[in-house]
Amino acid sequence: MLEIGLIFRALMRNKMGALLIAFQIALTMAIMVNAIFMIQDRQQQMKRPSGIDENNTFYLTNTVFAQDHNFQAELQTDLNTIRKTPGIVDAIQINAIPLSGGGWSMSLQLEPGEDKDAIGSALYMVDEHGINTMGLTLIAGENFSQEDIQWRGEGQSKWPPKTIITKAFASQLFPDDWQSAIGKTFYISQSQPMQIIGIVEALQAPWNGWDGVERSMLVPFQMESSSSYYLIRTEAGKRDQMMPIIEKELAERNKGRIIRRVTTIEDTRKRSYRQHNATNKILTTVVTTLTLITSFGIVGLAIFSINRRTKQIGTRRALGANRWQIMRYFMVENFIISAVGVIIGSLAAVGLNMWLVSTFNLTPISFKLVLFGVVTLFLVGQLAVLYPARKAALIPPATATRTI
Amino acid sequence: MFNYYLKIAWISILRHWGLSLLMVSAIGLGIGAAMTTITVNYLMSADPIPHKSKQLYYVQLDSWDVNDPFDEGLNPPDQLTYIDTTNLMNAQKAFRQNAQAQASGVIEPNDPELLPMTVSGRANSADFFIMFDVPFIYGSGWTHEADVNKEQVIVLNKETNDKLFGGENSVGQTIKLDGNFFKIVGVIDKWQPKPRFYDITTGAFNNSEDIFVPFSMIAEQKISRSGNNSCWKPFGDGFAAYLASECIWTQFWVELKTEQDKQDYQTFLNAYVEEQKAYGRFLRPMDNRLSNVMEWLENQEVVADDAKMMMAMSLMFLIVCLLNTVGLLLAKFLGKAPEIGLRQALGASRVTLFSQYIIESACIGIAGGILGLGLAFLGLMGVESLYGEYMQGLATLDGTMMILALIIALVSSILSGIYPTWRACNIQPAQQLKSQ
Repeated sequence: MLEIGLIFRALMRNKMGALLIAFQIALTMAIMVNAIFMIQDRQQQMKRPSGIDENNTFYLTNTVFAQDHNFQAELQTDLNTIRKTPGIVDAIQINAIPLSGGGWSMSLQLEPGEDKDAIGSALYMVDEHGINTMGLTLIAGENFSQEDIQWRGEGQSKWPPKTIITKAFASQLFPDDWQSAIGKTFYISQSQPMQIIGIVEALQAPWNGWDGVERSMLVPFQMESSSSYYLIRTEAGKRDQMMPIIEKELAERNKGRIIRRVTTIEDTRKRSYRQHNATNKILTTVVTTLTLITSFGIVGLAIFSINRRTKQIGTRRALGANRWQIMRYFMVENFIISAVGVIIGSLAAVGLNMWLVSTFNLTPISFKLVLFGVVTLFLVGQLAVLYPARKAALIPPATATRTI
Repeated sequence: MFNYYLKIAWISILRHWGLSLLMVSAIGLGIGAAMTTITVNYLMSADPIPHKSKQLYYVQLDSWDVNDPFDEGLNPPDQLTYIDTTNLMNAQKAFRQNAQAQASGVIEPNDPELLPMTVSGRANSADFFIMFDVPFIYGSGWTHEADVNKEQVIVLNKETNDKLFGGENSVGQTIKLDGNFFKIVGVIDKWQPKPRFYDITTGAFNNSEDIFVPFSMIAEQKISRSGNNSCWKPFGDGFAAYLASECIWTQFWVELKTEQDKQDYQTFLNAYVEEQKAYGRFLRPMDNRLSNVMEWLENQEVVADDAKMMMAMSLMFLIVCLLNTVGLLLAKFLGKAPEIGLRQALGASRVTLFSQYIIESACIGIAGGILGLGLAFLGLMGVESLYGEYMQGLATLDGTMMILALIIALVSSILSGIYPTWRACNIQPAQQLKSQ
């Protein structure tokens, strides 16, 4: 196409206007690509399953203030009452809730003693109902038996001899074969042995921003603690109906404690990812507005350049150019400007990403996304110039013969 | 003359109203986005106690595992062990000092009509209230003697006092907290430093506490501690063993009047650690730090990464908007070439033309700035509703920010106007007149 050379030379006569648009396209692309990248990253994090039956599970805090409280007896009665209530699948006492942001982690090591490599894991204290209540999938080994469950006094430092861990944790401990973890022993508090008796598919730690979020372990403990959670799983669809019933039941059974913060896992997930959600919404708004501004800029400048060239266009029409040729001129012109823009934009996008990676610990951007940015901005440019180009095509040839 | 230019600018803006609208909205959106994020960053990094932030120091000692440094060895642990806090407190080497930890409990109201309620608490020293300028409605903080004698005294915040006593002066009364009786010595007024600098570890933007009790109440087991706890060394059973352990869960602040005092205190800390080494503690290289409020906020990275990232993005957004404006102004002014040529031929000097077009740009800028302020206001409301509690109080425009918004709008629009104006003033009159 000979036209390209011609249009390019015409553009060079008014470099500045074209360059401004090219820069605008470049910056828009850099921001757009990186923003979309961050949005996707967050969406992926939010999609990770917690491992538990989120839709049918809720929990509450049981805070005891009475001085003469018999922890062991009261806990058993509480749990039995809840478990027997129609509509309830199962219930446990637990020390922390996945996704909630508060919990307990311990370092585990494959060899006993100080100065040994250790790996951190979230720790959930549950009884033999733990797997059923949370809705976990046991993929290897076995569950705790009733005899495995021990009482844990406040401030106790002794740990039980058995544990169940997640597949992700097993894979990290035994990278060659996660299944080989069954029956193996690791050490808690540097020297106390714990045998891995089971592996569950997935169970997230309470901290969604932690890089070890998939590493969790179940410990067969019931706590003699003045404050703990009861995690309760209901039959499908009965959660909202059961929440007030259980709350009332517990509160009335014993007045020496407070039942509070009856919360669904669904709400906990929402709260947990609230910042992610908010940031994503803001980024989406930024990208959309930015694209609009850039396209309006293109429209505005195209209209002006067409107005200035009315006579010239009229002359071309009079000399035999058809409407499509006039339109094509402006579309090709926009294509050239966009090309310069996306070339700079690709570089800028990668540069901005490098800065984000070094400043905020993000991961590097994928090539596909840059390509997506290139295609999108070409499309935006062409769409934006469509209206002014059509307007130009409608200029009658007679204009050429008039003086202003 | 200025008024005349304003009038011309107004006419020109109205004549090309579509283009002007485009420019005003571009600048408005850019300013709106930039101001929203700048405000959040500005409030997150605000000095919460300006008149004495340079005299309050957070104390850090490296008591951590010799084999496995805390924070990869970049920083000493962010809290202290109970032993160290107690020792530093007893030494009384600073002008004022405060040992503290987060706590929680259940209050059983005297009024049988009221249900028991859980409260967030802080166990701290008497100096806490003076050091951090805590305002009181009734009474005051407790005395140093109360600290030493482990008296069961309590300070309530306004909200708790409202709930329990209907807002009346409750000083002198007794309340039951976790089964123990505490005497109320003071009620504080609404007090919510942003960021909540005195305890970053449990959340820089959390609410201040419902109740305050002497630090000794934790060791006396009159209230239970909460907040963050990290341990590296195994310890025995029971609460006494926990108190004597290397677990970090307490915090220590000192107030030091002069640079000399600070150096003296640093010397004291080093001597203290040296002395503790004799007991087989502090095996890591000496790294004792005194950070003033702003240094501590910086060290703990109180300004969220998200906020910084958004600010960077929105500043780039503003640049795009300005490029947009430059392009449009260029088109507009060059479109006026015939008029400019004519005016030059009739004797208008370049200075005249220059000031006239710059004034036109500035007018667009100011309009954009005002629109931007409105958008920033909406933007901040949006931010607050999206982020919820976390952003409460961090999303309000103050006077400084409003003036800043207008200045940014004005300066950036004038800057965007310079090149187009310069191009317009360099038009050759002869050429323009010829073509007419």
